[in-house]
Amino acid sequence: MREQMNIVIVGHVDHGKSTLVGRLLADTHAIDPAKIIKIRNLCDQQGKAFELSFLLDALEAEQAQGITIDSARCFFPGETRDYLIIDAPGHIEFLKNMITGAARAEAAILLIDAAEGVRENSRRHGYLLSLLGIRQIVVVVSKMDRVGFSAETFTQICDEYRAFLAQLDVFPAAFIPVSAMDGDNVVTRSERALWYEGPTVLEAMDGFRKAPQPEDLPLRLPVQDVYRFNRLGDDRRIIAGRVTQGSLRPGDEVVFSPSGKRTRILRIEAFSALEPESVGAGRSTGLTMTEEIYVQRGDVMAHVDSAPRVSNRLEANVFWLGRQPLRLGKTYKLKLATYSGLCEVEEIRKVVDASELSSSTGRERVERHEVAEVVLRLRRPLACDLSHEATDTSRFVLVDGYDLAGGGIVRGVLETQDDDPLAKWTTEAGDIDRPLREQKRGHRAVLLIIHDDLERTGQALAAALEESLWGHHHEVFRLAFASDDLHKLGGGRLELRSTSYAVVATLLNAGQIVIATVPWADDFTHHESLGLPGLEMVPKLQVRFGPDDRLSDGRLSDDHLSLDPAAEPRAQHDAVKRRLSEHLRSA
Amino acid sequence: MDNLDRLEAQSVYILREAYKNFKNLCMLWSIGKDSTVMLWLARKAFFGHVPFPLVHIDTSYKIQSMVEYRDRMVKEWNLSIIFGQNEAALAEGMNHQRGRLNCCASLKTQALKSTLDGTGTRYRVMPDGTYTIEPNKEPYTGVIVGARGDEEGSRSKERYFSPRGVDNDWNLDDQPPELWNQFKTDFAPGTHIRIHPILDWSEINIWEYIEREGIPIIPLYFDQGDGRRYRSIGCAPCTSSVASCAKTTEDILVELRNTNVAERAGRAQDQEDPHAMEKLRRDGYM
Repeated sequence: MREQMNIVIVGHVDHGKSTLVGRLLADTHAIDPAKIIKIRNLCDQQGKAFELSFLLDALEAEQAQGITIDSARCFFPGETRDYLIIDAPGHIEFLKNMITGAARAEAAILLIDAAEGVRENSRRHGYLLSLLGIRQIVVVVSKMDRVGFSAETFTQICDEYRAFLAQLDVFPAAFIPVSAMDGDNVVTRSERALWYEGPTVLEAMDGFRKAPQPEDLPLRLPVQDVYRFNRLGDDRRIIAGRVTQGSLRPGDEVVFSPSGKRTRILRIEAFSALEPESVGAGRSTGLTMTEEIYVQRGDVMAHVDSAPRVSNRLEANVFWLGRQPLRLGKTYKLKLATYSGLCEVEEIRKVVDASELSSSTGRERVERHEVAEVVLRLRRPLACDLSHEATDTSRFVLVDGYDLAGGGIVRGVLETQDDDPLAKWTTEAGDIDRPLREQKRGHRAVLLIIHDDLERTGQALAAALEESLWGHHHEVFRLAFASDDLHKLGGGRLELRSTSYAVVATLLNAGQIVIATVPWADDFTHHESLGLPGLEMVPKLQVRFGPDDRLSDGRLSDDHLSLDPAAEPRAQHDAVKRRLSEHLRSA
Repeated sequence: MDNLDRLEAQSVYILREAYKNFKNLCMLWSIGKDSTVMLWLARKAFFGHVPFPLVHIDTSYKIQSMVEYRDRMVKEWNLSIIFGQNEAALAEGMNHQRGRLNCCASLKTQALKSTLDGTGTRYRVMPDGTYTIEPNKEPYTGVIVGARGDEEGSRSKERYFSPRGVDNDWNLDDQPPELWNQFKTDFAPGTHIRIHPILDWSEINIWEYIEREGIPIIPLYFDQGDGRRYRSIGCAPCTSSVASCAKTTEDILVELRNTNVAERAGRAQDQEDPHAMEKLRRDGYM
């Protein structure tokens, strides 16, 4: 099995990135000769000189305008390993595509046109590479044929750019004078720059080192999902996720953050493979635990002696790509590893122009393509690490509306501040606990949530259910949650929070079947568990009007039922009652 | 961890993200090697289960043994399969002689669109081999596709999670950023997301993995004794076999390591226009 190295090529627009990649492919004979002929014919047809860059710039618009619009990937086999070359666009308009390409790379080649020298995007790309955590960099000074392979010009560019990168703590492995058009110092050594003794581009690429898999670092496994495919006759409750660093084995005592719950790993589950003895960094896996504790997507699993940080206020560096500026006080969705939640921009401390490294303070907005130091306040605490401690659990993105609008790294965490002091209340119940009450009543306490539609048929359904259950001597209590401020929930999830939660929890602990109607939330993640810490073992059934309960088979703890809105009320009532009765009886 | 382990871990991660985030999710299964590897990866991701339907577009011109293989696997792997066709165009006699790209647009792109959005009839393959009409007509909002970046130019510019507009169109001049395994899972009503779990795999990786895992791939890929095999499979009139004596995955790997002929060289529709695939894909082709 050959090793593969991902390398991104970045730099200012028109400085010759695609031509360099085309040259690498042509001179290492990695390309189908038929493809070169196809491109040659195409150039002839359009009355253009043959362009190596067309090998990469495959899109029609790219060839028409002679620029790279989106990052392309191409493979080529080197002497000792395979390369995946990511050709990133240099035009400022396509910075988001450059970042997309660079974020997949392990090393970078940064191009500077010898005739043009260090330009705005040479600097901006250098800055972004450092934010993206790419430390292995080679600088190629391209189009040396245009300056007669002048050693002086080359040295001047190197000095200027080296000084710039040093401010970012980035130190390139080499500076290489190249003519990609003619092939000098790409794969073969140049006869025209005899003063240069360093490596060719291919040699420099062979010199990039593979980052070691971070198996020796503290364990992190962000929980991606929890599966129980019981409708398919599978009783395992499997916690699924990818080990981002460290390693784990059965018997390990682990803690889930932010909840702080502990348990032990029982088994590593696998399909069509022997049960592995351990799982290390990078692998996607599935685990069963010795106890069925409640965990949810976004929790981070770690060994008990090295848990991540937990906070709801983050100090972060962000780069902004959104069409609308990032605004002080505005709410965005933050996604870090598998966590996803709303956050507010509490403070914009400093805005940096990435192409100049000049900064300004006192700003209320961060414009597209700017970089800023900010404080973000989350609605719900998250588990994370700082950027110098761990990679995957310190990087996040911000979503504005439907679009990913920025990325960032966590530089620090601040003391958690609670917006809602009621959330801090704790209560302790008496000795006659829920199981005792359930035994006496002959049925379980169940939480039934009805996501009401706009016509309020949910309310009518809830009332009918309450009446019939009561009629059958069940302990039942109906609540209708409503809000005039529904619009304020915006893109956020509807959650049972604070006071509502306390009421529901108390009723459930008193052995009641709680029927709660909540306003229909269109974007409510359809198979999201309600959570409710402390009530993991209470069966929960969520009912909504609309199609599809297909996914409910794989979900943990919460059962879901979708009703046909057009069905008769009686049929809806019976469907819910049938499903509910399974939970009332369950052990 | 070797390169295949890394590819597998990433594909499994993507499949699980898709399953978590999409209410109406399906996976396109072309019966070919790539989407069969993807199906195997799904069974790994979900511990032997495939918790969403597979969708197959039947142009009626598929090589016959593809349909037989499909219906056999439904039973063996306990799969849920939906297929759809452009019935109007077939009734009216559409075929490749009316222009290959025209035929692809009609029998593949249009059939795919109407099967995905539920306006076309969806058929379900039953375990006993019979077909019934699927009652669920909800549009699929997440569509898992086995496209690979190294197949041709426009695919190399794809995202793992790639939005499609109301008309199934792909706006590749303005694709969303994608970094650090944070994918586009928020989208406007009427639009959907194409999910590409094996985007980073090369043709060789696919065969290395088939070999390592012992995946039962359709035999068309192997020389059955006449010195020819298929390197890429599709509709019979537009897919040609290549001269090859490769009878095992091992033989195929040896062959691939010593060629630089493009994989899709046997696919006639690609040769019709220099940007054929880009044009088809902009309009919703897989």
